[in-house]
Amino acid sequence: MSGWLPLALIGSSLLPGLLIFALPERRRGLRSALNLAGAGLKLLLVALLLADAERHAEAQWRLPLAAGLELVLRVDALSLLFLTLSALLWALTTVYAIGYLEGSPHRSRFFGFFSLCVAATTGIALAGNLFTLFVFYEILTLVTYPLVVHRGTPAALAAGRSYLLYTMPAGALLLVAVAGLQVLAGPQDFTPGGYLAALGEAHAVALTALFAALIAGFGVKAALVPLHGWLPRAMVAPAPVTALLHAVAVVKAGAFGIVRVVHEVYGSAFAASLGVLTPLAVVAALTIVWGSWRALAQDELKKRLAYSTVSQVAYIVLGTALLGPLAAIGALVHLVHQGLMKITLFFAAGNYAETLGVHLVSQMDGIGRRMPWTTLAFTVGALGMIGVPATAGFVSKMHLGAGALAAGQGWVLGVLALSSLLNAMYFLPILHRAWFRPARGPWPGAYGGVVRDGPDAAPLLLLPLLATGASALVVGVFAGLAWSPLDWSAHIVLTIWGYGDD
Amino acid sequence: MTAGPGWLVAVVTLPLAGAVVALLAGRRGGAAAGLLTSLLVTAAVCGLTSAVLAAGPQQLAVGGWALPLGIALRADGLAAAMLLLSALVGSGISLYAWRYFAASHHAAGALFWPVWLLLWGALNALYVSGDIFNLYVTLELLGLAAVALIALAGASVVAAALRYLLYALLGSMLYLLGVVLLYAEFGTLDLLQLQAAMRPGLAPALAATLMTVGLMVKTAVFPLHFWLPAAHAGAPAPVSAALSGLVVKAGFYLLLRLWLELYAALPAALLVQTLLAALGAAAVLWGGVQALRQVRLKPLIAYSTVAQIGYLMLALPLAAAAPAALPAVVLLAASHASAKAAMFFCAGTLLAAYGHDRIAALRGFATQLPVTAAAFALAAVSLVGLPLSGGFVGKFLLVETAVGAGAWWIVAVVLAGSLLAAAYLFAALAPAFGSAAASEAAQRRAAAWLPQYAALGMALLSIALGLAGPGAQALLAVTFDAGALR
Repeated sequence: MSGWLPLALIGSSLLPGLLIFALPERRRGLRSALNLAGAGLKLLLVALLLADAERHAEAQWRLPLAAGLELVLRVDALSLLFLTLSALLWALTTVYAIGYLEGSPHRSRFFGFFSLCVAATTGIALAGNLFTLFVFYEILTLVTYPLVVHRGTPAALAAGRSYLLYTMPAGALLLVAVAGLQVLAGPQDFTPGGYLAALGEAHAVALTALFAALIAGFGVKAALVPLHGWLPRAMVAPAPVTALLHAVAVVKAGAFGIVRVVHEVYGSAFAASLGVLTPLAVVAALTIVWGSWRALAQDELKKRLAYSTVSQVAYIVLGTALLGPLAAIGALVHLVHQGLMKITLFFAAGNYAETLGVHLVSQMDGIGRRMPWTTLAFTVGALGMIGVPATAGFVSKMHLGAGALAAGQGWVLGVLALSSLLNAMYFLPILHRAWFRPARGPWPGAYGGVVRDGPDAAPLLLLPLLATGASALVVGVFAGLAWSPLDWSAHIVLTIWGYGDD
Repeated sequence: MTAGPGWLVAVVTLPLAGAVVALLAGRRGGAAAGLLTSLLVTAAVCGLTSAVLAAGPQQLAVGGWALPLGIALRADGLAAAMLLLSALVGSGISLYAWRYFAASHHAAGALFWPVWLLLWGALNALYVSGDIFNLYVTLELLGLAAVALIALAGASVVAAALRYLLYALLGSMLYLLGVVLLYAEFGTLDLLQLQAAMRPGLAPALAATLMTVGLMVKTAVFPLHFWLPAAHAGAPAPVSAALSGLVVKAGFYLLLRLWLELYAALPAALLVQTLLAALGAAAVLWGGVQALRQVRLKPLIAYSTVAQIGYLMLALPLAAAAPAALPAVVLLAASHASAKAAMFFCAGTLLAAYGHDRIAALRGFATQLPVTAAAFALAAVSLVGLPLSGGFVGKFLLVETAVGAGAWWIVAVVLAGSLLAAAYLFAALAPAFGSAAASEAAQRRAAAWLPQYAALGMALLSIALGLAGPGAQALLAVTFDAGALR
């Protein structure tokens, strides 16, 4: 009935993107207007969906590409969770990017691909079957590449090459896996609890191999160790890109794919009976520890944040790999929480670089007094990542820990504790430097020594940061309220997947 | 009775009549005749296709002579699909060639139109020919027209053109020997009658071998591809597009006809299909590796054709067993034709603008010629088989069929080929997005906009073919029933 809604959701970023490509470089006002109109329209559509979720519950759109091969876009609770996150963060990042790229070249190209990137992410959120998810996942790879290499420097080109070296083979692997499942189970939509259990023991070996291929394919974007190598390199991209990449677009697409595969293709009970969940949990645990460990050694702020992403996204995978409702809730809620916290941290890092030319942790002494608002938001994000009580990160970790105990996997608690310790070890020194140490002489300055006057970053950079920082705080403190991400995740896990019943 | 048989005549005679008019009309009139003919042929092909879809396969006994004495023109779904593909890509070629030859430097521009329309006519005649001798005539005509078009590039490609002529003649000669053997054995030249009468034996086996090898030369199937890169890379851009996009498809189409229909009942059919697929696999890998090693754009695109033909051959044993594979093959062929045309168009534009096509020295062309860069990138997306494009849907269906048939080696080759294609096309495209500072002055001539948009149109066609799956399946389900003649 409301089949136009999924299309409109994608179109709200696709059309502005295509129009922007055609705009000449100097049409700054029109370009910004198109961007903001698209972002606003998408928020409006999401609000429409949220306000009347019941009526649009079955909104779907289907396009047959061949016999037994269908593109399916539909709105379910999980899509809506991811969609809301991406729509909000896209709007804020657009504002931020307009401020950030002021005066730099190739802005039409940048914003064009930026919008396409969001359109692809929207497609991933709305995908109603594995094939559609795969299609948009691959499109995402393509449209992100120009953003990664946007600056055109040798480092950026190398990062782009490394990105493709990881993601193209992953795409090939996914292609085989998706085709294999299609052969075994026929065309199937995502189904709560999975649709493969009926195939049962007869295909256990094939299904295990396909599971491994799917996880490897999605694991590249989710940056699971040892497939994470591209992510720290990709941080050479402009700050708004890394922010969106780390918070909602690319790495989340991988994590989201794993969630769909485990819960709505295999079904976690069937996956557990195949014996594939424990290895997945171990890989996630290793990634958590390895990412944190590597983050410790980085002096470059964005690189430290990138390794932190490697570690934090693996929480989502870990929660997905543990049986039982609590861990699953922890995974889903972290999908949102990590996004809000990480985008805050990357915005802040971008502000430091743009305003004072500060790129290294060792340059951050006394920066809290120079840029108090930015540093305040950074602090909220950092404390959340550590998991200090009442922050968003605490809510996630608590659910993961309790879920691990409920699933009888006590060792996970050790991983969580170790990771929190490491998180504290790489974030607290930054906070200490920023707030408690005196500044060490003049700031380096951006673009050959320009230091921005004024108390903090430019308004277009500061406002989105404060918005994400505030939301990262709010979702943690008010996690218990209705419509909080936690409430929503619990609704998906308990009501839709029905994991509360057993 | 619909107007189907009339369309059969029209798709053959229109381009040939257009060729005569273009020859008489001279330089300026030639272009007009060419464009008008493109329009008319496309309309006739659309008419024929809808007749095939609505009323089943179409047949016409030329001059009213009954078989086996007379000649039959036939169109089933596969023929209609190939005609449609030729019409769409052919129109793009005409559009591109119009400004390309008008703008230049090419004294031979006037000769392009009659020869190109002759080639198009031969191609259409080949697709609707119902007997193996007629097929020989069209093959020969096609080869000669192609040689003449290559030679338009001037003295620099005479060697390549002569080599092409030699192998084209060799190929059709082998094919003709096969035809003679079949006629001596079965007393008919009609494809359907032959298929119904086919039985194992020495003469059919020999004929099959000769015809297959001949067509492999024509199609540039590895290892008989050696003539292709020089010829396709040396020809003028619209000619390269026609050769890589359309002409090699004709040979491939005949291989399909031979091994999915005419000889399908022979006991050795599966062996030959598998052998051809194995050669296809080698072509995918060899062509990909060679493309990676090229430093100039046009040879890179030409080697990519060698690899892409390999994909089509790979599907042969699958298509024999699973009907779902045939639409996949046709989608792949169509996406390749349009994407390859787009790429050669882009190469031609770059060659005209910069005076060379050395990839490394084309740095930053994305900034100066954004439409061309976009066309090349979109065509690359379809060639690599990334979503959502004709190449992607074709590749996915192919992999799905191969997985279903347990043919893992085919899966592995398809994926390796995709990664190779991604690598060489990335290598071709990456400099485009580099900083353009050094090459700002390197662009010698302003590029005309129409050829650039023709390239973009072809690239978008190869993307849009991703939505053509259901249509292709419906069309290809329309077949003649040779069993009825048995």
